[in-house]
Amino acid sequence: MNRKKLQKLTDSLNKNCKHFSKFEVKCLINLFYNLVGEVMERQGVVIGLDRNAFRNILHMTFGMTDDMIMDRVFRGFDKDNDGCISVTEWVYGLSVFLRGTLEEKMKYCFEVFDLNGDSFISKEEMFHMLKNSLLKQPSEEDPDEGIKDLVEITLKKMDHDHDGKLSFADYEQAVREETLLLEAFGPCLPDPKVTTCVHGTETKTSYRSSSPGLPGLASDQMSHIHPQRTASKRKRWPRNRAGPCL
Amino acid sequence: MGVALTRSAQWTAAGHGAKTLEVTPLNEAIVKEIMMFVESFIYKYPQEANYVFVEPLEWKTNLDPSAFGSGYAVSETTVKSEEVDKNGEPLLYLSVPQIKIRSFGQLSRMLYIAKSMKLKEAQACIEANRNPVAKILGLDYNIINGKNGNSFVSSVLDKMNKDDDPESEIKMKIALQLKQLDLHLLNHSLKHISLEIRLNSGTVKNDIELLKQFSGKGEQTVLESIEYTSDYEFSNGCRAPPWRQIQGEICYVLVKPHDAEILCVTCSKEGVFLNGGKTDDEGQINYERKGEIYKDLVTLLKEKSAIFSENMSKQEVKFSEQLQKDQPNKAPKEEVAVTHKTSITSRKSAQENRINLGRSQLTKRLEPSLNWRTSVSSKESRNTLRDTQVEKHGGKLEKSRSSLSSGRAQLIRKSVEKIEEIISDSSSESEEDEEQPDHRQEANADLPSEYWQIQKLVKYLKGGNQTATVIALCSMKDFNLAQETCQLAIRDVGGLEVLINLLETDEVKCKIGSLKILKEISHNPQIRRNIVDLGGLPVMVNILDSPHKSLKCLAAETIANVAKFKRARRVVRRHGGITKLVALLDCGKHSAEPAQSSLYETRDVEVARCGALALWSCSKSYANKESIRKAGGIPLLARLLKTSHEDMLIPVVGTLQECASEENYRAAIKAERIIENLVKNLNSENEQLQEHCAMAIYQCAEDEDTRDLVRLHGGLKPLASLLTNTDNKERLAAVTGAVWKCSISKENVTKFREYKAIETLVGLLTDQPEEVLVNVVGALGECCQEHENRIIIRKCGGIQPLVNLLVGINQALLVNVTKAVGACAVEPESMMIIDRLDGVRLLWSLLKNPHPDVKASAAWALCPCIQNAKDAGEMVRSFVGGLELVVNLLKSENKEVLASVCAVITNIAKDQENLAVITDHGVVPLLSKLANTNNDKLRRHLAETISRCCMWGRNRVAFGEHKAVAPLVRYLKSNDTNVHRATAQALYQLSEDADNCITMHENGAVKLLLDMVGSPDEELQEAAAGCISNIRRLALAIEKARYS
Repeated sequence: MNRKKLQKLTDSLNKNCKHFSKFEVKCLINLFYNLVGEVMERQGVVIGLDRNAFRNILHMTFGMTDDMIMDRVFRGFDKDNDGCISVTEWVYGLSVFLRGTLEEKMKYCFEVFDLNGDSFISKEEMFHMLKNSLLKQPSEEDPDEGIKDLVEITLKKMDHDHDGKLSFADYEQAVREETLLLEAFGPCLPDPKVTTCVHGTETKTSYRSSSPGLPGLASDQMSHIHPQRTASKRKRWPRNRAGPCL
Repeated sequence: MGVALTRSAQWTAAGHGAKTLEVTPLNEAIVKEIMMFVESFIYKYPQEANYVFVEPLEWKTNLDPSAFGSGYAVSETTVKSEEVDKNGEPLLYLSVPQIKIRSFGQLSRMLYIAKSMKLKEAQACIEANRNPVAKILGLDYNIINGKNGNSFVSSVLDKMNKDDDPESEIKMKIALQLKQLDLHLLNHSLKHISLEIRLNSGTVKNDIELLKQFSGKGEQTVLESIEYTSDYEFSNGCRAPPWRQIQGEICYVLVKPHDAEILCVTCSKEGVFLNGGKTDDEGQINYERKGEIYKDLVTLLKEKSAIFSENMSKQEVKFSEQLQKDQPNKAPKEEVAVTHKTSITSRKSAQENRINLGRSQLTKRLEPSLNWRTSVSSKESRNTLRDTQVEKHGGKLEKSRSSLSSGRAQLIRKSVEKIEEIISDSSSESEEDEEQPDHRQEANADLPSEYWQIQKLVKYLKGGNQTATVIALCSMKDFNLAQETCQLAIRDVGGLEVLINLLETDEVKCKIGSLKILKEISHNPQIRRNIVDLGGLPVMVNILDSPHKSLKCLAAETIANVAKFKRARRVVRRHGGITKLVALLDCGKHSAEPAQSSLYETRDVEVARCGALALWSCSKSYANKESIRKAGGIPLLARLLKTSHEDMLIPVVGTLQECASEENYRAAIKAERIIENLVKNLNSENEQLQEHCAMAIYQCAEDEDTRDLVRLHGGLKPLASLLTNTDNKERLAAVTGAVWKCSISKENVTKFREYKAIETLVGLLTDQPEEVLVNVVGALGECCQEHENRIIIRKCGGIQPLVNLLVGINQALLVNVTKAVGACAVEPESMMIIDRLDGVRLLWSLLKNPHPDVKASAAWALCPCIQNAKDAGEMVRSFVGGLELVVNLLKSENKEVLASVCAVITNIAKDQENLAVITDHGVVPLLSKLANTNNDKLRRHLAETISRCCMWGRNRVAFGEHKAVAPLVRYLKSNDTNVHRATAQALYQLSEDADNCITMHENGAVKLLLDMVGSPDEELQEAAAGCISNIRRLALAIEKARYS
């Protein structure tokens, strides 16, 4: 990709994407092409990350483990549903993923959790997402009972119109009351600790903690973290506090 | 005797038929006492002796029928008494070997007949009749079943009212006699038990068995292992070889504590001590004693192993948890057995603690301090009872505990009392906490539904991944966490442990959720203690380092809630929490510039606020105040004080106010120009903020510069205007306090007069709580130093309420009131009112107050009263015993009291007649004894008094005889002119006596006095010159006598 084209792309993306500075956008674009690989740069062919490549990134960079959630995150990024993430989708997606406001994140998370895309999170979907969340106790007769109960608790907590499923309005209200519920059914946002060091290897730029003007990752939202991030996973992306970032 | 018999007497173990009394000195003593009682019964209470028992006392006797003589119908194998009851039945019937007796008279006679065998007979009788009282008086009178004395008497009285027949009256008398005997026996047995502190094999064995149950691997156990050196147990329960048993040794144990080497311990009858350890030969022990003798094994181990004593006290918590569980299940029989022991231990404990160790060690171990012991005795015996039971259930401990958390437990603890220790300004950190054991009451099966729901949630917390945990936490937060039921439910199902555990994970979300809950439930004092016990504070202190601001906030807020008691504050400090909290304050550094307020700013302000909140809680301990200062907290607080956020200001000012009790802080507060902002915030709308500001000013205004600062920054006006608002008593107390301290400066008083504050203060003299009154009166006392103000107070009718306050008991209040009254008495017109209200007599009686401050203050106040009263001499004489009282106060140790009393005596002595009286009371020797002092204030007043007292009879000579003159001469070397003047006057008076002149001359008074003649003070000049002239005249007279 030539310099001019890159400049143009950067400008257009930067215009629509408030959460990143121009420089950051540029870095992200660079990163994207690094990830995709130069080979893909051919006329007429859709350039993008396919599902597996993307899942790999999610797993390696953000330490996500849940396959289902990762699939859903991919869907969330892939706006045009063409099975791969283009450079535009990449930048837009990351802007929400890393720097989104509470509203953007709510929307994004709801989409992730709404498995069948009917704009409701049904009991079945909840069950599906929570089914691995409890330690199986051999003593219990019905291992699913706890999950069912958990679903009921969640519904009781979040289903404000009492229709047995969560609409976006329900979800939004619940999250506004208690931000901890943003990722109620599984971690689908990056750990703040990771956001500070992601991509540190690729770019030498820094903006995160040192640029005070950047909105979005105020600590409350930052606190939506990912569970069970093991040390070994993080080691692949050495922390570089001095020069972190996307 | 029922109670004594069931409880004190030592019965042999049950099992085979009738129990027998063990042969112990105690039992012997009891039996002897009973015997003596019965023997003398017939003489002491002849009427009652004829009373026929409801049921006969029956036992197997060894008496031979032939022993019975007149009054009995004797045959080969039977004896019948000639005495019969209404139905003609004999009162004593013996058919070998059974004997039945139905009256005290016959019992007495039988014992008389038995002669040398009477002890055996009495014992047999008691053994066979386990409940003699019931048999004698009928079941109605059975007093064994734990009735205490009062209810017994009342039930007796009830009966008395119900039926009036003479028999029941006699019954009553007997019942009372028996009751008395019972008490006597218990007392007697107590004395006996207190002598018996030697260990025996049984107690040692119990001890070791118990410790074994709590030993093993792991953190929670008290010991790693404990075992005997020898498996063979002799029939007497000892394991020591016979040749050592002769030395009184019982067994040898190898103890491995967690934190020490293996200890080889000898348990002997004398006590427990370390021996020389195992020798190289197989199985041999070096028996020699290597250490101190301890009274039992537990004491020794506590001494040797810190972990042991720590875990021992932990075990105790566990015990108390499971206690209630066992309580309802116990069989009645067991209870009897237990109470048997209990009454002994609890009674003993009242007299001598040590005894517990021998008998029921557990009791001792479970009681961490004597505080517990001093609780109501009924409660105590209940505790002991429980404890003793634990002994039985100790083995099942672990099991029942787990079942408790898994939910079968049918108990919920309601707090019986709220332990609020909020405003306890702590001075020392060393004392062990005012800890109280958890009050966990058993409740019936009807637990609230919340309990089960919370239990379920805790289960998910335990067994869920992060997602499930967050859901469970959010759901838990929806319960009404302010409600005690929920708070305690969380604790009881083991939720606290999980919540604290979550704080140690890496998961920010879980930590936030957990802290949000902890923050709410830590409003409960019991939960606070539990959190500290579970080690929650260090974890929270660590979280303060987290980069997440909301986490920091929550942690600080939770610490603020938890650190409401001393131990918690200490933990915070020890883990470096103070430094971290002070660091939080730094976040708000930009907040002074509102232009920049963004999302980040508000967060920073919030962090600083939470930090201040936590510091406020912590600042109630002295050492923490010091740490805050050392961590550089004062400048930060000063900076935060400049902000305008009310939420922020309250904790900041609260912290400052708390810390201002320290001198260092007051200096720093002055240096950091904090006063200005305090004054500014006095004008705030927020009552709490006003209160704390006023309080801080009150603390700081001891310092003169600070008082001026308050005035310069215009703080007096808001203070004066706040005086008019009397609804909020706490604020009023703080404001009046500030007014009091500020009015120590004269300029401030003038200002207050301008603002009409004095009138308002007078209005506050009635219907206010004591804290307010102390300050109001203090302020008035300061104001009264000025003439104009005294007039205002009189005109506003302030004297009457002041005099009325003289009858109070609050020490601080009395000091202030006497001062104010004394100040008012300077005004003759006011003095008339005081006199009319009998104020002088009230002041005089305060001289009897035990507090020296009050005494001194009252004495000072009396001086102007005596000066200004009309016909003062007569008034003083009218107080019966008053003069003697004053003279005797000269024996006080307190210099201030002495000085004030001297001043009073100076005034009293102005009246010749009174002077004569006090001379008779021996004022001269007492004053002379005081003469050797370095205290200038006392010197001055003493010298004045002496000069005054010289006016009577041969007092001058007497002072000389009591060697008061030489010390007085030394007073002239003092730096205080007042002392000089008073001394010169005293010397002048004394110099009228020739011997005194000689003493003065010998002590070099002339040179000193010559210097004084050059003084600008005329009175001093005159007195000094007079004295010199007297000395000189004596010298001339001597010369004249010599040469003529």
